[in-house]
Amino acid sequence: MNQLKQEFETVIGLEVHLQLNTATKIFCGCANVFGDDPNTNTCPVCLGLPGTLPVLNKQALFSSIKIGLALNCQINPYIKFDRKNYYYPDLPKGYQISQFDLPVAWDGHIDISVGNGQKKTIRIKRAHMEEDAGKLIHDNNADCSLVDYNRTGTPLMEIVTEPDLRFSQEAYDYLHILKLTLQYLNISDCDMEKGSLRCDANISIRPKGQTTLGTKTELKNMNSFKAVKAALEYEEKRHRKVILDGGQISQETLLWDENRQRTLTMRTKEDAHDYRYFSEPDLVPFVVDEKAIQDIKNSLPENPDEKLERFIRDYELSSYDAGILVADLSLANFFEDCAKMYPDTKKICNWINGALLQELNARKLNLKDIDLSVNDFIAIIKKVDGNILSNLAAKDALRYVIDTGKSTEEIIKEKGLAQVSDEGSLLVVIDEVIKENETVVQEIKSGKESAIGFLIGQAMRKTKGKANPKKVGDLIKQKLL
Amino acid sequence: MELYELTAHELLDQIKNNATTPRDIQQSLKEQIERVDQKVHAYVRLFADGLNAIPDPQNACPIPIAIKDNMCVSGQETTCASTILAGFVPPYDATVIQRIKTQGCPLIGHVNMDEFAFGSSTETSCYGPTSNPWNLECVPGGSSGGSAAVVASSESVWAIGSDTGGSIRQPAALCGIVGMKPTYGRVSRYGLIAFASSLDQIGPLTKDVRDSALLLNIIAGPDPMDSTCIDRPVPDYTQSLVNDVRGLKIGIPKEYFIEGMQPDVKARVLDAIKLLKKQGAEFVDITLPHTEYAVATYYIIGTAEASSNLARYDGVQYGLRKQPDHLRKSTLVDMYEETRSRGFGKEAKRRVMLGAYSLSAGYYDAYYLKGLKVRTLIKQDFDKAFDIVDAIITPTSPTTAFKIGEKIDDPLAMYLSDIYTISANLAGIPAISIPCGFGNDGLPVGLQIMTKPFDEEMMFRVAYAYEQNTEWHKQRVQL
Repeated sequence: MNQLKQEFETVIGLEVHLQLNTATKIFCGCANVFGDDPNTNTCPVCLGLPGTLPVLNKQALFSSIKIGLALNCQINPYIKFDRKNYYYPDLPKGYQISQFDLPVAWDGHIDISVGNGQKKTIRIKRAHMEEDAGKLIHDNNADCSLVDYNRTGTPLMEIVTEPDLRFSQEAYDYLHILKLTLQYLNISDCDMEKGSLRCDANISIRPKGQTTLGTKTELKNMNSFKAVKAALEYEEKRHRKVILDGGQISQETLLWDENRQRTLTMRTKEDAHDYRYFSEPDLVPFVVDEKAIQDIKNSLPENPDEKLERFIRDYELSSYDAGILVADLSLANFFEDCAKMYPDTKKICNWINGALLQELNARKLNLKDIDLSVNDFIAIIKKVDGNILSNLAAKDALRYVIDTGKSTEEIIKEKGLAQVSDEGSLLVVIDEVIKENETVVQEIKSGKESAIGFLIGQAMRKTKGKANPKKVGDLIKQKLL
Repeated sequence: MELYELTAHELLDQIKNNATTPRDIQQSLKEQIERVDQKVHAYVRLFADGLNAIPDPQNACPIPIAIKDNMCVSGQETTCASTILAGFVPPYDATVIQRIKTQGCPLIGHVNMDEFAFGSSTETSCYGPTSNPWNLECVPGGSSGGSAAVVASSESVWAIGSDTGGSIRQPAALCGIVGMKPTYGRVSRYGLIAFASSLDQIGPLTKDVRDSALLLNIIAGPDPMDSTCIDRPVPDYTQSLVNDVRGLKIGIPKEYFIEGMQPDVKARVLDAIKLLKKQGAEFVDITLPHTEYAVATYYIIGTAEASSNLARYDGVQYGLRKQPDHLRKSTLVDMYEETRSRGFGKEAKRRVMLGAYSLSAGYYDAYYLKGLKVRTLIKQDFDKAFDIVDAIITPTSPTTAFKIGEKIDDPLAMYLSDIYTISANLAGIPAISIPCGFGNDGLPVGLQIMTKPFDEEMMFRVAYAYEQNTEWHKQRVQL
């Protein structure tokens, strides 16, 4: 059995739907925002009222081209749309305007890490523009369902991989890299919780060595990358079991049930839609001129890989440290802003990847969710340099600054965090410590200098960490040696 | 002539000369409608303001107009003569309506049409048929039958219609008036309830060629709401109305003078050619070799687009919603099926089914894709012809008006009424139908003039030159 198991290979392809964060919808002038009251961001065009016509949002087109370029795709300058026909109450025209045979971008790739510094290339088959549908709201107490058309007409980009992924972990890693790459473009929130990034997966298994694909199933309704991974793992096991039991996988679409951690049949192949695609006659095909595409290419921001290399090179960071910064664009930007104000980039990095990330993780927040100024952050580091804050007190200061939004100066004053370096008051404490620890004092006097550290610790405790430890050590040495 | 019988440009002259007032014109039309519409049955909805509100004296063009029931008028029920759109009141004006309003033309009301413009006789309307003013037992043609009938019966000075395969020109011919379909992209389609998006075009139905040019001046031009509407300046079309065809080369396609054509229709068209020849036009025989495939191509492409355009009438947001008495499949599917079964008429269902079929997996290549290819060939036929000629002249319709009920159960015979008009839609070129006499049955015959894309000026010039040397356009029906 185990041997049989070894001989299977899993084949995974992913489809990601990404909502673009353009100011207006893809085919009308309605605001493209999430979370407003139902049916407030609608107009005759996105409601699909009779006689209305779509007009393409240029910004949506440019964002799509950006995505294509960032994913190393070929860009198809001939822009054509098609109608995908099907009935559903959230689809007010009875068809979705999409791109069928000529996607705006095709034949791209991104690399994922597969351990040992090895990379694997995942090919992007195509990426096309389309409009999002509305949202059905089911109220179990009502005898009907309601429709919110706010989302109708939100610009979407559908990004489809070739079946190049072999493990659920690869799918998970691909999604992370893809999301990071997209975040760098600033064209989408990329927020799975808000539905601005959604992922469907296709999975099949086949005997190792076989080149043709096994029968696939399509998985929907995964609400996180973790859910994608779990659904793929569940389905991979199910496929194996069915085949090893002598059965056959039937081609179907399945829904992931997060609560029960299992897949459920949504529709079988027999119920599959015939979408009757044809060219959208309301949008005349046109050609984006080469210069416009070149301009977009030139305007592309640095991608994560480039940033990583630059951080290692220019700021002399370890690849591990640089990797942490680069994995969150706002963190990377914060770091660079700090670097403009303070020369020791290694130290900045330690403070960001250490104390700052600790505070953020404790709050389950990202840097962009809090209001921390570069000035206050650098001020804390400088106070440590100037022996005004101890490391410990500096961490406290950072926490208070984040919590209250007050400046570093204010916080130090208000909380009395400044170190005590003045000899007079330190000597009072040191005298107490010497009196209370005669045994240790004897040891030191008889040559065990390392025991001074213990006395310093005692002094620090008495001053609640405010004493300048170096100064305390010097004074003790003066007294005892 | 009575006030209601005059053309728009004659009325504008009279207003200018203080011989009449916009208010008098409204009153005159109101009385005419009250007198004859019970016979013609052309209006499906009179707007409360239309002929009653006192026009602003500042209005540039206070000439009342009738609107086909497939153009959205803000605050007025607009139904495409279909039960499925009963109660639909658009909260917006079609761009064409906006432009007409800006000129100050009072909107009299919505006029009858074939359901969703599917037909050539105005018999498929949910409101019942409209009569041809020249013979009340006959159809006015279609689908803009109401628009043609109100102009012929002088219940409106002029009207707006839409033309997908001849829906302006064929009824204009059958009712003895002028009807023109502009180049595809000349007039905005925003607010025109779509039949076949790549073929539909809005155009004027008028008593003479000058009115046609005047109305096109008002409605033509680019529109940011319609990306198929071409960004191209609009000339003053009345400037092309010169009574001079000397030196023009006009083509006569042999494929348009075929057997099955009513002999007296053919005779009138040949008379017209003779007249233009006398005035100095040069006629050449040309060939449009793919003409025989035009009707089939049109019914593939037109129905495919229609099947998709009509998908939105599903009972969810507006119009009719029906649920069967007993649950059949699921509440949702039942609603779709019951609403569409009850809301659409026979012809609409036929076209939706035809279109869905030709787009479906396994048939797409053989039907829809083939249709697109033939469409290109038809377009190329015209491109080649216009390398040689300035205009093409043909009959508008193979017959004069037929009897109500005569072809309604024979879809193929009905489809052939548009045999001469369909190609202009497939090729996207402008075409006009003008009156050129009467058949042996005393019913009007139409002459069609086609020119190359965006050469409405040439089309108007030839039409005007013919019209100025005949009296047909001055004939008025007495009802």
